Amino acid sequence: MAPLAPKTGDPLFANVERVNAELFTLTYGAIVRQLLADLEEVEEVNKQLDLMGYNIGVRLIDEFLAKSNVSRCVDFKETADIIAKVGFKMFLGVTATVTNWNAEGTTCSLVLEDNPLVDFVELPDTCQGLHYCNILSGVLRGALEMVSMKTEITWVRDMLHGDDAYELQAKLVKQVPEEYPYKDDD
Amino acid sequence: MVSLSAFAFLFSELVQYNQTRVDNIAELERRLEDAGYAVGARVLELLCHREKGNRRETRLLGILSFVHSTVWKVLFGKVADSLEKGTEHEDEYMISEKELLVNRFISIPKDMGTFNCGAFVAGIVKVRMGYDLAVFHWLFVTSISSNWPKLNKLLFLEKGVLDGAGFPAVVTAHFVPVEGQHRPRTTILIKFAEEVLQREARLG
Repeated sequence: MAPLAPKTGDPLFANVERVNAELFTLTYGAIVRQLLADLEEVEEVNKQLDLMGYNIGVRLIDEFLAKSNVSRCVDFKETADIIAKVGFKMFLGVTATVTNWNAEGTTCSLVLEDNPLVDFVELPDTCQGLHYCNILSGVLRGALEMVSMKTEITWVRDMLHGDDAYELQAKLVKQVPEEYPYKDDD
Repeated sequence: MVSLSAFAFLFSELVQYNQTRVDNIAELERRLEDAGYAVGARVLELLCHREKGNRRETRLLGILSFVHSTVWKVLFGKVADSLEKGTEHEDEYMISEKELLVNRFISIPKDMGTFNCGAFVAGIVKVRMGYDLAVFHWLFVTSISSNWPKLNKLLFLEKGVLDGAGFPAVVTAHFVPVEGQHRPRTTILIKFAEEVLQREARLG
């Protein structure tokens, strides 16, 4: 019988190699700083962070699927649950909660109380439009696209802007069926 | 703690992003060094509060040992593999690591020559050692699978620590092939500025 998929990420996180969260946080800070210096426009930086996140997401999903042994999710609800409990835990060591489902089950919110990307960070007045953690929205978008889901991920709440938690809204736009590269009758 | 993959993915994006902003290897190393420098400055602040109760190192061996043990332990979870004094020059010291964290999942294409991502770590060290463009060669030697005999300069991370602590140095990272080992080890070469050696001599 195949091993059961984990319901939480704790055993997974305990088994992966880990590094000091501060090194991670400071490295991310260095990246954002570089982007701000190079691109100057806050909107440009947001876009670049999202793009970098996307690049990470498309590779991260492979590692996630390989290590976590989760079976195919039946619907978007299950997907969101797995991301919040297993995905976030496995990589960032924190869990998110899933809330705010809409009637069709295509939009939900992922809420993070704890976020290793933002330790020690304060946004200066000149950068108030910056979505500091925008890399996360890119990662989710990229990863989900690789499993045939086109999504839109936006920030609803941001602690660096004075809110009490980090809230990402994930909206399922389209389920893209897998395409086979070759026609069967060639 | 976060997963190693999370860090590796992030670092890889950092390198890839910087590759699009530069025309040559030296610039790429410089940018990685600067990124590491920024990290090192903050690491120094953090560590000074936590570990040393705001006491600053004034002796050369003290700061080297601080980098080799405390800083390494905080950043990489272990002390550095070795700390050696250079035999050819009075002002050179080397910290080596068999498999430097930032180089673990990175392979350097041949056309990038002696590039070494350890430049990031070199920048961190430099902050620790000096406060301006010190001449601290950090020879960060990590092994590239192609067995490059040359040394790569990548000690940006280390450079940040040295600068901030008052020990200016040029810190660079290099790969050094090792007998019987497939991947070369990384050596961070630290070349202290003249004033550091003079001060050290005065302190007796």
